[in-house]
Amino acid sequence: MTYVLETRSLCKSFGGIIATDNVSFNLPAGARHALIGPNGAGKTTFVNQLTGVLDPTSGQILFGGEDITNWTVRRRATAGIARTFQINQLFADLTPLESVVLAISEREDAGGQWFKPLGAREDIVVEACELLDTLGIGDVREARVGALPYGKQRLLEIALALAAKPKLLLLDEPAAGVPESEREQILNVVARLPESVALVLIEHDMHLVFRFAKTISVLVNGALFCEGTADEIARDPRVRQVYLGEEDVGHG
Amino acid sequence: MSMTQPTKPVNDAGARLLSGARWRWYEVLFWVAAIALFFVFGDFIPGIPTRLMLLSEIISLGLLALSIDLVLGYAGIVTLGQGAFFGLGAYVAGLMAKNGMGAFPLSDPLLGLLAAAAVSGAAGFVTSFLVLRGSDLTRLMVTLGVALILAELANQMRWLTGGADGLQGVMSSPILGIWDFDLWGHTAYVYSLVVLFVCFWLSRRIVHSTFGLSLKAIKGNALRARAIGVPVNARLVAIYTLAAAIAGIAGALLAQTTQSASPDMIAFHRSADALLILVFGGAGYLYGGLIGAVLFRVMQDVIGNITLQYWQFWLGLVLVLLVLFVRGGVIGLMEGWWNRLTRKGDAP
Repeated sequence: MTYVLETRSLCKSFGGIIATDNVSFNLPAGARHALIGPNGAGKTTFVNQLTGVLDPTSGQILFGGEDITNWTVRRRATAGIARTFQINQLFADLTPLESVVLAISEREDAGGQWFKPLGAREDIVVEACELLDTLGIGDVREARVGALPYGKQRLLEIALALAAKPKLLLLDEPAAGVPESEREQILNVVARLPESVALVLIEHDMHLVFRFAKTISVLVNGALFCEGTADEIARDPRVRQVYLGEEDVGHG
Repeated sequence: MSMTQPTKPVNDAGARLLSGARWRWYEVLFWVAAIALFFVFGDFIPGIPTRLMLLSEIISLGLLALSIDLVLGYAGIVTLGQGAFFGLGAYVAGLMAKNGMGAFPLSDPLLGLLAAAAVSGAAGFVTSFLVLRGSDLTRLMVTLGVALILAELANQMRWLTGGADGLQGVMSSPILGIWDFDLWGHTAYVYSLVVLFVCFWLSRRIVHSTFGLSLKAIKGNALRARAIGVPVNARLVAIYTLAAAIAGIAGALLAQTTQSASPDMIAFHRSADALLILVFGGAGYLYGGLIGAVLFRVMQDVIGNITLQYWQFWLGLVLVLLVLFVRGGVIGLMEGWWNRLTRKGDAP
């Protein structure tokens, strides 16, 4: 079986602190996977290595069977790895439409187009508008991003990632900090993501995890603690002890 | 629950994006005014002395500030060294014209401009890699350092540059073999204005393109820009190189129209002045540098007439007030007024 994503004995240390400890991880196509673990388990560090923001100390990362360990962020993005950030990373002074048009243009290799005015590629504008509509933020597409409510900014995070038509989407706490009233909209968007996209959800919120994930990996102290289907993990007493025990599973 | 909400028609969005690149009435007004200055100060009206040489100098300064706007106002690279490329362009054009003895091809002003753009652009390309990494402070220091090195080289290479005396007798041949530079600056002004407009037009195309949008994105959030596939470093190298080439053209203009090149043109204060002019006029509008240059020289003249010694004091004061209380310099100020004026009747 070929995997969308594989890591082989991935290690990352900062000085004496081991943030990623020998992680070998496989993700099949179309996966709905969650990466969970207590605070400081190294989830975001792991994601940063997958996207190329951090270089691993040792080990390998394969994407579609190809070794991408030494690829740049941009090359991985172009190849089909997209992510959302735990803390919004948006272009505050642009509009959602401009942001998404840029993301699509870069995917289409038209981002370096310096002579034609912005908006000259009608197909790109149409696609951008449709994407924003799908995510339910079409109504604010020409507002300043920095002035949008937090929930809409979170949706734009996802829109920017989807604009790349990724094969793998890493969602880093997509609903973190979103008020309850705007939360359902984000959850719906996540639920509707196309099957062709392999999804890795990095989450803290167990409700979100058990709602979407079919399979789960638990990361503890940088190492893979255990893996399994959502049911298996939910029933696993060790997981309950190290992780779920700390969380109030039943709330909400 | 339906995710799709009723929105404005899609083609409307495309048209709105495209309209960002359309010429506005106030832009047309600006360029008409620039042409009108030729007739007002061109010694055509009795009683008004000719000021075309001063106006040509303002154009050169404005073009330098425009080149800083491209890197600072759009791509977010702070620079204190743009004067280096300006001075380099001045020396290249000056040396060519001087050695050409006022004859084609070496003394041809347009070829001089192209050579200045090429040399300054090449210098910009090489040094651009130094500003890719690091914070604003690092960039300030690196650009300043490069400028100081070039200024000292120009000063020391006396055999080439004439040292502290500079290059004298820089004589250009007639433009396109037709228009000779005259004493009153008629040719100089029209020539400078045309060159300014061409550079401006090119810059304007660029900032309104997808490329220009990607620069704003990099300025706003380089981390995210990389994540959506923007080749951040390549874009920064490209715009820094282009801006250096334009600064070189600005320097060449000054050398050709004043018929000299001097260490003053490559000195540090030129970089500082130009940066100040841009911030004063408003960064990120393209017009900020041009309007700033006009106001800067007019203020210098007016305040200088009242109190010769303290003009920089008043300049400093105005600058501090502007930066503290208005975002976007003089243009930002005018924009704010305009918005307040036009929004009065509108529904929110």
